[in-house]
This record gives sequence, C-alpha cells and structure tokens, in this order.
Amino acid sequence: MGLADRLRRGLSRSREALSEIFYMGGEVDEGFWEDLEDRLVMADMGGEVALQVADDLREEAARANLRTAPQLRRALVERLARCFPEAERDPFDDVPSCVLFVGINGAGKTTTVGKLAGVAASRRQSCLIGGADTFRAAAIEQLQVWGQRAGVEVVTRERGADPASVCFDVCERAERDGAELVLIDTAGRLHTSSDLMRELAKVVNVTRRRSGLPVSVVLVVDATTGQNGLNQSREFNDALELDGIILTKLDGTAKGGIAVRIAHDLSLPIFRVGVGETIDDLQPFDAHAFCQALVGGDEGR
Amino acid sequence: MFDSLSDRLQETFDGLRGKGRLTEDDISKAMREIRMALLEADVNYRVVKEFVASCKERCLEADVLGSLTPAQNVVMVVLDQLTELLGSTESRLVLAQNRTPNVIMLVGLQGSGKTTAAAKLAFLLKSQGKNPLLAACDTHRPAAADQLETLGGEIGVRVFRGDGKDAVQVAKGAVKEAVARLNDVVIVDTAGRLQIDEEMMAEAVDIKGAVRPDQILMVVDAMTGQDIVNVVSEFARRVDFDGVIMSKLDGDARGGGALSVREVTGKPIKFVSMGEKPSSLEVFHPDRMAKRILGMGDVYGIIEQAQKVAGEQEAADAERMLAQGFTMNDYLAQLQQIRKMGGLKKMIGMLPGGERMMRQAGGAAGLDDRQLTDVEAIIRSMSREERLKPKTINGQRRRRIAAGSGHSVQEVNQVLRQWGEMNKMMGKMRQMMGGGSRKSLRQMRGMMRNMGMGDLGAPGGRLPF
Repeated sequence: MGLADRLRRGLSRSREALSEIFYMGGEVDEGFWEDLEDRLVMADMGGEVALQVADDLREEAARANLRTAPQLRRALVERLARCFPEAERDPFDDVPSCVLFVGINGAGKTTTVGKLAGVAASRRQSCLIGGADTFRAAAIEQLQVWGQRAGVEVVTRERGADPASVCFDVCERAERDGAELVLIDTAGRLHTSSDLMRELAKVVNVTRRRSGLPVSVVLVVDATTGQNGLNQSREFNDALELDGIILTKLDGTAKGGIAVRIAHDLSLPIFRVGVGETIDDLQPFDAHAFCQALVGGDEGR
Repeated sequence: MFDSLSDRLQETFDGLRGKGRLTEDDISKAMREIRMALLEADVNYRVVKEFVASCKERCLEADVLGSLTPAQNVVMVVLDQLTELLGSTESRLVLAQNRTPNVIMLVGLQGSGKTTAAAKLAFLLKSQGKNPLLAACDTHRPAAADQLETLGGEIGVRVFRGDGKDAVQVAKGAVKEAVARLNDVVIVDTAGRLQIDEEMMAEAVDIKGAVRPDQILMVVDAMTGQDIVNVVSEFARRVDFDGVIMSKLDGDARGGGALSVREVTGKPIKFVSMGEKPSSLEVFHPDRMAKRILGMGDVYGIIEQAQKVAGEQEAADAERMLAQGFTMNDYLAQLQQIRKMGGLKKMIGMLPGGERMMRQAGGAAGLDDRQLTDVEAIIRSMSREERLKPKTINGQRRRRIAAGSGHSVQEVNQVLRQWGEMNKMMGKMRQMMGGGSRKSLRQMRGMMRNMGMGDLGAPGGRLPF
C-alpha cells in the first residue's frame, strides 16, 4: 500500500468532512465559501488561518477563473501544500544522525522512538536508543521493551537521574560503537513550565556540544491537538530551535489541521506522520499527499 | 492569539460609547469576536454556532445595565450563558453507598493521561479516608503496569497487576483482591484506545460488563481540538461514561473542549488535572472554566493558589509586621511566596488582561523571574541587623552589599527604595487600623499580597506595573 493510500485511509474521516462540499460539481455560490471556511475550521486549522485560506482561494478563483468544484479542490490542495516548507534534510534517512524527541506529555514520543528504531533495525542501520526520560514512572521500562522488540540497545540510567548526563553517556557510547542513528527520548513536559523547559534546553545543549553526529531536535505533536498546538510549538521552538515535527495519531478521526498552522507560522518541516499502530505506519511526510488526503483530491477521477 | 475577550470587545465597541442600547448590528459585530474567541479556544465548530446564536438572542432581549459598558454587558451575557452550559453546579464523584468495593473505571484516548489520573484519583480518595486499590488493566502499552505500580508506590496505594495479559481478567481479579484485602474502592486504569478501533472499544465494554463500575470517567486532554466531539460521542455511545476528567489544564490551553463535551454528550466535567503532583486533581468549577475559555483569566485560581501556599505562619507574620514594621526579611518572604506560586509570569498570566500586559512589556521574556532572583540576592547579602533595620544601611554598607551580591550600588538603592515604599504603606495601615482584629488582619494580608506584587519594580524598572 502506497503512502497516499495509507494517508488517505488514516485521514478518511477528515477527507469526508472536507470533500463533502466539493461533491456538487457545478458552479459554486456564496454558501460554498462559507461552508469551506467552516470545514477548514473543523479540521483544526484555526479561525484565522481558515479565513485566510478561504479568502486566498476566493481571490485565486476570481483571477484564474475557477468555477467548478473540482478546479477549486485542486487549487485548495495547492494552496494548503504551500504552507509546508520543504525539509532540507531528513534526519532519519541522512545518517549518521542524532535525533532528540521532545514534546508535551502523552504526545507519543516514546512510541515514536520505538517505531523508528524498529525501522532502522530492519534497514540494518546500527541504531542506539537513549532513554533521557528519567522522570515519568516506567518510561525507561517502556523504552526497553521497544528496544528489545527492535533488537536495539537502550542506553539509560535509573529514574531520577540527570537527563543531560544520560545524553552525554549516549553520545559517548554512540561514538564508541560507531552508531549511525541515535534516537533520544526525553520526558514529556508542558511548554508553560519554565523550569522544565530550561532543563530541556540544557539537555539539548549538552547533546549538541557532545555529539559527534549532527543533532536534530524534533517536536512530537499529537494530531488531535487543537489550537494550543501552535503555542506548544512556538515555545518549544523558542527554547530549543527545533528542526522539525512529527505528527502522531493521525489514524483517529482527528484532522491534523493544526499541522498546517504550525508549519505555516513557524516554517518547520514535518518529517514523519503516524497513521497507524504498526511500525510501517510511521510514514515520511509528503505535503501534497497530505493535503490531497485532507481535501479528498482524487475522489472524482 | 487573542487576549482577553473583553479587551477585544472593547475595541469593537469603542465607537459606540455613550449609546444606551446596542443595535442588532452592534451585537452581530460582538458575536463575530466571540465566535473567533471560542474557535481559538477549540470549542467545536457546531457548538460555537449554536452557542453564538443563543447568545445573540439573549443579548437582544437583555436589558442594558446602566453601570456597565456595552462590552461588559455582552461579556456578562456570554459568561452567564457559558457557565450555565458548562453545568451550573459542581458535580462530584457518586459512589453507591451499599456496595463494597466501589469500582471506578477510567477510559480515554492514548496519551490523554489515564494512568496519571488514576494515581491522582487514588490519592484523592485516600486523603478522604478511603482505602483504594489500583487495577493495572492497560495490558497493551509496554510498561504501563510498571508506571502505575511506581505511581502507586509513591502515594502508598497497592496496585493489582494480575497476569498482565487479559484486561478483563485483571479487572475481575482486582475486584476479588479488593474484597480479600478490604479495599473499599477499585480504580481500573485501562489502555488508551481510539474510538474507531472496534476491537479495543469492545474490550472496554467487556471490562465494564465484568466489573460493573459505579462510575466510568473519561479522561480528556484539555488541548484536544475539534475532533473531541467525535471522540466523546463515540465513547459515550459505546461505553457510556458518567463524567469527564480534563487533564493537562496546567498548560495554557483554553480547554474549549469542555464546552463541546457538555454540549454533545451532556456529561458533566467532574475533575480537572493541573500538574505532575499527585495532589493536583481538583474539583471542576464551571464559572472558572467559562472565564478560561473566553481568555479572561482565572482570578479565583490565583486566590486559591495563594491561600494554599500561605500557611499558618502568615497570620503571625502579619501581626508582627504590624507591631514592628516591615523588615527586609518580610520582603524576602514575599518574594519566595511569589516564586512558590509559580513565578511572576504564571501569576500575571492568570490575572484578567495579564497576557496583554505581558505582551506590552515585550513578551513573556520581559517578565523574567530573574528579577526576583536579583532582589533576593541583594537582600541575602545584607547582615541580620541590616535586614531588621534597613535604615542603618549607609553608603559604605551599600557598596559592600552591592559587591557581595554582584550588583551595582544603584540596584541596591532601588531595592532599598522599594522597601521604603512598602514600609511607608505598612505604617499607614497601622494607623488606619489601630487595633488588630481578625478581620482587619485578613484585609491586611490581602493588601500585603498586592503590594508584594504591585511594588516589585525590578532594577531598571522593566516591570509593567
């Protein structure tokens, strides 16, 4: 099954919501535009972005003389896809590489690390997992289970240890073993907690300074997140200078529209999207396919 | 991001000052602002539509109160309506009286905070004199049972793990274990599941059938977006929960989902979860939530937080301050109290209009708690005598304090000046009150708190107040 199919399946509910309005086929009227704005809001894009996108599309429609729903649908896909900047470098493909995973509690950091380690192992890359979540109960154990499943070693310390020192160990170990891909899980934290954000900045600094591999910091965002996702990303980006985003849990009915807003406002690339439970369901991100799936692009063909 | 809704409405109404009555057109304009505010707060789109329509109707009917501006009038109507919809009464945990053990079951999406909420709930029940047992029925996520066991160990509550394979068997086993060990409440923590995952939803229904819970609580992340409607309605249809715990409300999410949940399922929000500590599970207050959703600051929250932090000690301190004046030690204590409450940023953010104030001061960065640290460092570089009698601090001493704390003499002077202001105010209060009745003491405590916050000009005077 190709990426587009997976995405489409994962996003099926959102697609229904958006594509409904494109089914009429004939010429569009005032009601269409209002409806479009509503649908965009319902996809979690936020009131302001929705308004902007709808207005832009309207302008373009007038300029390029787009009249039918299928034409507008294509234009909308193009417009949304433009919100996403291209990734200069994919830290999971372009090895050697060291990636730190950050995000709020319950976004899916540990699971993402586990899945990516599994992918790396199946590609026969030498991979190392760092368990720097020394705060949450049993986070280390959870990571170790993932490590065992993937056959990847987990470097960590006991609960309560200094996460920055764990990262130091991990970097050292990676150097000694010549690991190609290093994945470091950090403790979830709310972006409003200044102490914890400072701690994380230290962790990132230590890793950036110590690691011999190029370091990327990736924010893991739950696709069900609403408008607060923007605050989250902004705070994390301010504190850590993020390299990109991984969007998880797109397999529910959530639309993941917040990704459009985050990518647009902070111009951060999206590296992967999680569209299911299995390891293969963590897919590289393709802006066009994502937007097409969101809007329901090839339905009419 | 918008700040306070009332500020925005004020702008909309700026041209209308002096009007006794709002026209329909004015109200429509206001409703647009409200619509945007609610959407930014992640209230579901359909819910917003209905809500705005009913608000508009009420605004048109409502008599304009003379003492309020048009903007305030509209906000009042909206706030009332919102509070009403969120549930006008607090609804608490309902457990059957004649059943032992009572069973509480937690359900929700992955990562919404069920396991943490389970531990917090256990802690709450334990502090109410119950003897809870935690059942680790999350047999899917790796190490979920370990997590619960660790959390249980921290709060001194036993955790039943069973075979860790079949969630239904674990739940049943936990109830048996509770009977044998005289636990009066069993809290069943279940695996996170997507509402469209047939198999997993069936498992939740099976667990429910096996242990017949008194209460099923759904844990909902306060940051959830528009999709919350699909999630809760499906959970309500399949598992039929009794109430909701909103988690991660210690962040800055406005939690508009609470309104959507109420509107779509009619289920009450019972608790809000506000942090990492086991004690951070609080009863839900619809009025506060309404203000939060509209971005109007949580005034009650800040008062309560202050009360929590302020111990018995404070009353005694206030009395002594009255008698002996305000010393540097008192100043220091105030600084530390602000810090205990989560720092300046958090406190100001909770005040109405606080976010705007912060932005004017050059964003949150302008409001660094470092300023507190600076003042603290300076006070700590004073000798004991100097702290008690700051007036004795002469030029030579100022230089010493400056060198000792790593600050300039000007900064030391600034701190002394601030102290002088506070001391003057304290003197006025002393005259004003004469005696030291219980009530006036309480008033003074409030005033002192305000002073502590209101007068904390930093060296360089960067604070916006």
